Amino acid sequence: MIHVGLTHYLVVAAVLFAVGLGCALVRRHAIAVLIGVELMLNAAGLNLVAFSRFGTGTLDGQLFTLFLIVLAAAEAAVVLALVLAVHRRTRVADMDHLDTLGG
Amino acid sequence: MPLEPSVAERAFSLADLAFYGLAALTLACGLYAALSRNIVRAVFALLGTFLGMAGLYAALSADFVAVVQLLVYVGGILVLMLFAVMLTSRIELASRSNRYPSFPSTALGITLGAGVGIMLVALALEAPWARSANPLAYEPTTADIGRILLGQALLPFELLAVVLLAVVIGAVVIARREEGGR
Repeated sequence: MIHVGLTHYLVVAAVLFAVGLGCALVRRHAIAVLIGVELMLNAAGLNLVAFSRFGTGTLDGQLFTLFLIVLAAAEAAVVLALVLAVHRRTRVADMDHLDTLGG
Repeated sequence: MPLEPSVAERAFSLADLAFYGLAALTLACGLYAALSRNIVRAVFALLGTFLGMAGLYAALSADFVAVVQLLVYVGGILVLMLFAVMLTSRIELASRSNRYPSFPSTALGITLGAGVGIMLVALALEAPWARSANPLAYEPTTADIGRILLGQALLPFELLAVVLLAVVIGAVVIARREEGGR
């Protein structure tokens, strides 16, 4: 039996990133797009921590992931505030309807 | 001593089993969150993804990151997302609150996502990643992380505090009700 190593974690992160990318590209609900972005950010964090353990053997990757988690929280707060503001003005949370700025 | 290696092997395969379970939880919940037609269920499925990610962090000897993941993602972001869902979706329509767009754009998006995924998996399997001779041991990391955050990483740490302050103020300004109008 092959022991779980760097490659296993990288494959999991790659699949999670692909799922998140597909979600962010396909879905129309603003919060569903945010879900996709969060999945991609989580995949990136998993990569960083995996490299921290198996690649360098130092804590650098874990530090990157900590900063990433904080920035993801900040991003989610701003996006959800925007969703609320847009919803109050237009009564929709559907990205396809938000084309006022389009030509 | 034929007993010794078999015990060690069993201990290793238990850790491997934990990895496979956590990875399955993470990916299954992530897929459900990405595909569900019900936005409330999608957000709740995200809970499983975040819990699985915290477990994977712990399996990678990143105990502090795992706890931060639980506190910030499960305790913060998920609750925030649920608030936004409940405030914006009319709940009686929840079962079809998260519809797919028309056929060509769905197919295009899924094709692009699958293509990138296949490329990344191939890269992860094929690339000659640099590997350390001595991977991190299962030791508490909190003290070392604290030392780095207040030492060599002090500037980004403080900048992050400013960013968070700006985000708090900005989110309140954006989300608040305008006086007089609706």
